[in-house]
Amino acid sequence: MSEIPGDLKFLKSHEWARVEDDGLVRVGISDHAQGQLGDLVYVELPEVGAAVKAGTGVAVVESVKAASDIYSPISGEIVEVNELLNDKPETINEDAFGEGWIFLVRPSDRAELDELLDANEYEELAENDDH
Amino acid sequence: MTEKTVLNDTHRALGARMVDFGGWDMPINYGSQIEEHHAVRNGAGMFDVSHMTVVDLHGARTRDFLRHLLANSVDKLKVHGKALYSCMLDERGGVIDDLIVYYLGEEFFRLVVNAGTRAKDLAWIERQAQAFEVQVKERPEFAMIAVQGPAARAKVLELLHEVDRSRIEKLGKFAAAAAQGPHGMPLFVARTGYTGEDGFEIIVPAEHAVALWEALAAAGVAPAGLGARDTLRLEAGMNLYGQDMDETVSPWEANLGWTIALDEGRDFIGRVALEQQKAAGVPRVMVGLVLDDKGVLRHGQKVLTANGEGEILSGSFAPTLNKAVAFARIPAGAPGEVRVDIRGREVPVRLVKYPFVRDGKPCEGI
Repeated sequence: MSEIPGDLKFLKSHEWARVEDDGLVRVGISDHAQGQLGDLVYVELPEVGAAVKAGTGVAVVESVKAASDIYSPISGEIVEVNELLNDKPETINEDAFGEGWIFLVRPSDRAELDELLDANEYEELAENDDH
Repeated sequence: MTEKTVLNDTHRALGARMVDFGGWDMPINYGSQIEEHHAVRNGAGMFDVSHMTVVDLHGARTRDFLRHLLANSVDKLKVHGKALYSCMLDERGGVIDDLIVYYLGEEFFRLVVNAGTRAKDLAWIERQAQAFEVQVKERPEFAMIAVQGPAARAKVLELLHEVDRSRIEKLGKFAAAAAQGPHGMPLFVARTGYTGEDGFEIIVPAEHAVALWEALAAAGVAPAGLGARDTLRLEAGMNLYGQDMDETVSPWEANLGWTIALDEGRDFIGRVALEQQKAAGVPRVMVGLVLDDKGVLRHGQKVLTANGEGEILSGSFAPTLNKAVAFARIPAGAPGEVRVDIRGREVPVRLVKYPFVRDGKPCEGI
């Protein structure tokens, strides 16, 4: 398994959240999740400006095999989406924790982040998932 | 309890992602399903298809039995080794399974049936065989490896004993013959497949399967998982049992009319029902769909036509085409503008004749 960056928080459903210097929260799916999904061929991105609620589906990633809902780890407003994924959805396969981010949220309640798993807790969950 | 083929450890050693496939622990891919798909289209790939079942039929009345059992006519099989694709129907004309039958002698025919339907198939075949005194013998001691792609035959030929090479090289499409593989292992080599590419399906005694797999790998044949097999066969316009047809569907409704032989005086199971349905008008048809927009067509999605609703059968992203394609079953008659409901969004699709891909290239109009 690839190294999980320590500054990330996770949902059990394998989305990661990173608080950027400007207070915005970047969201993607974990390297473990992209590995489970296989070759990604399409990402349905949310609308910029849309209001999102923590724990609800806001995007969809489709691999050759299946479609998976992507849940927002935090409530707030979508301020940017990763347009690169329109043409190169496989960026998530190649760099799930970096270039393969999916959307950026302006959070309405940062305290929600405390509910998420930290990197160690997530790593344990992902490892159990493998067996 | 999940069953394992004799190549299970080999798949795991290659780092395969394993999934449950009809009760079998099988590799879905060895890293990238798309790369494996392209490896088959552009060169040669191999699939472990040992979960499929070989059933040998012996007896003086075997041909008569198969005339009764199958919707296609075994009377087309006159030359030793020749193979035939057929549906096996129930009395209502529903598809119990699709299979390949090989002619290996007047008292010896071989069937290869699907993995997921094995128990049901065997029970049905055994029941029907009794009246013909045909001996039905499952052959679990065999493994099966499909080697497919434009370079597949050449790669297999180099591994055969030199005395067999030119004979197997001349083997026609949909025909099989015995040959000797590496270290003299006995092979049953059939020029059949499920990818739309040329190649062989090789039946090998299980104890030699790992050695054959390794010899093929050393010859440059890429291991490919069942994920790639699925996108390849969809592009090639081939039906998958359970997704594109089952007992509730007649061959007319599954675009398999070409496999039905209504030859005079042959009383096969399901014939009366098929003739009745044809006379009354077949209510549903199977069509090909292409999605030019972004997105992926999936099994179970609703298809909206001028005549009412249909359903996506097999649907997937097609790596050779770089867009989504699908089979759908829709009400018969002029369908008008066709749309598919993708998660509540109605997306326009194009109705096309399939196959979508032939000889590695997109078909015209796809």
